[in-house]
Amino acid sequence: MFVAEVLGDGSALDAGNTAWMLTSASLVLLMTPALAFFYGGMVRSKSVLNMMMMSFGAMGVVGVLYVLWGWSMSYGSTVGGWFGNPFEQFALKGVFESTPDGYVYAMSEGLPVIVDVGFQVTFAIITVALINGALAERVKFGSWLLFVGLWVTLSYFPLAHQVWGGGFLADGESGLSALIFGSTDGEANVAPIDFAGGTVVHINAGIAALVLALLIGKRKGFGKEPMRPHNLPYVMLGAALLWFGWFGFNAGSAYGAIGDAGLAWVNTTTATAAAMCAWMIVEKFRDGHATSLGAASGIVAGLVAITPAAGSVSPIGAIFVGGIAGILAALAVGLKYKFGYDDSLDVVGVHFVGGLTGTVLIGLFATESGLFYGGGIKQLVVQIVIALFAIIWAAVATLIAAFIVKATMGWRVSEEVEVGGIDLAVHGESAYETVSGARVVTEVK
Amino acid sequence: MKLVTGIIQPHRLDDVKSALEAAGIRGMTVSEASGYGRQKGHTEVYRGAEYTVDLVPKVRVEVLVDSDDASAVTEVIVKAAQTGKIGDGKVWTTSIDDVARVRTGERGEQAL
Repeated sequence: MFVAEVLGDGSALDAGNTAWMLTSASLVLLMTPALAFFYGGMVRSKSVLNMMMMSFGAMGVVGVLYVLWGWSMSYGSTVGGWFGNPFEQFALKGVFESTPDGYVYAMSEGLPVIVDVGFQVTFAIITVALINGALAERVKFGSWLLFVGLWVTLSYFPLAHQVWGGGFLADGESGLSALIFGSTDGEANVAPIDFAGGTVVHINAGIAALVLALLIGKRKGFGKEPMRPHNLPYVMLGAALLWFGWFGFNAGSAYGAIGDAGLAWVNTTTATAAAMCAWMIVEKFRDGHATSLGAASGIVAGLVAITPAAGSVSPIGAIFVGGIAGILAALAVGLKYKFGYDDSLDVVGVHFVGGLTGTVLIGLFATESGLFYGGGIKQLVVQIVIALFAIIWAAVATLIAAFIVKATMGWRVSEEVEVGGIDLAVHGESAYETVSGARVVTEVK
Repeated sequence: MKLVTGIIQPHRLDDVKSALEAAGIRGMTVSEASGYGRQKGHTEVYRGAEYTVDLVPKVRVEVLVDSDDASAVTEVIVKAAQTGKIGDGKVWTTSIDDVARVRTGERGEQAL
């Protein structure tokens, strides 16, 4: 018997589900370049390349680390419920094997596990990339890449394990929920719900952004000089591609070409539409105009909020989840000016607030266990508790990773580079030709 | 020789151009400009953060004319560019010492 056959459940291939999961993985991968456009348009023209490169850089680092120990730390045998054993399936050992008759793949409910690896790596990439919105225009590129590797290892892989890999925030008998409301036959009486990553992805990235923004400080001139988005069409292009890619994120998290995927798809669209409307209404009344930046931001806030809830609420519930998140996020993005932290592109205001809102509202709107559907208060309590735990884990892990970077490479570029433009100094490029007159010097290297 | 320079609202450019052509002016230079006068700037709001934008987009129209025509050309531009609202712009005239037509090398009024 091959290890790959032992590891999986030996089920026969379900081609339909497998096709959908490969499609979903591809959709989610697209979200990170989409995020690069979304963020890139929001910074000043002198920093757009660096902004986009931070997202692309995350694809590079995480894309490699995931097959080495990322998968194993997320879905390997648990170490105390905190993370998977990084060595057990190191370099995807046991996920597939070479035999004289070709490859043998570990199967899980009709899906080759290697397909799940592809699906999961895209989640890890986008989660880390989300954080860079707090670091706009002032961070060394190499330091960011080091942080990516450290943070994904200390915060993302463990939380993915805790929530989705059967760890401490899952529905096991030694999990957090079981400790509060007990368990029956090895399963928690009230299973925590995080369909596609309210805690693992959005609370996690949002808290990391808050910690980093506080730790590395503001951009020079923050709150005094104008820092207007330089290309709003980029922002809207990014939002559109994020929405498209998010169908893989949420409908893909149903793990099959099934009805649940359809529900998640419709909920995703409904909540996002509601959040966009809500954000624009807030702006119209508060600022006088419904802006394109507001519409794009509302789209993302809605996508974030419905992420944990997409499989457990009705489309009517999704309208409320998206609408409430849209209003709260629209109000929250102004807080950074009051408190004086430079979360440049509002990772906290959009992803933390949206992710927290969605995670908690499940306790009210989940059709099987929510308070508004006669399920009592227990689901709400569990949702709040897992959110709080994710906040604490993310904050501590981020602090450790951030201090390692600070002690070794340092975070900030020099003030001269920051003012002159990080693109030219750090990458040796400029995004746009502003002054004609560049001379072509041909030198063969 | 005079240089008549008009700073006008961008949306009046087509009318100014047509009016100058109708008045027999055969050449002009148009460029984008930004600035403010009594109009001052405007405010823009991004995710709740309000920015005052001092410099407003304008269009600069420059016409080289014979000294005798400067006043008439100024009037043509003013009439065509006027909306009566604040921010319509300004037109001024400066004296020019010399002009050369690059293609032929003609100088002075010959080059106009």
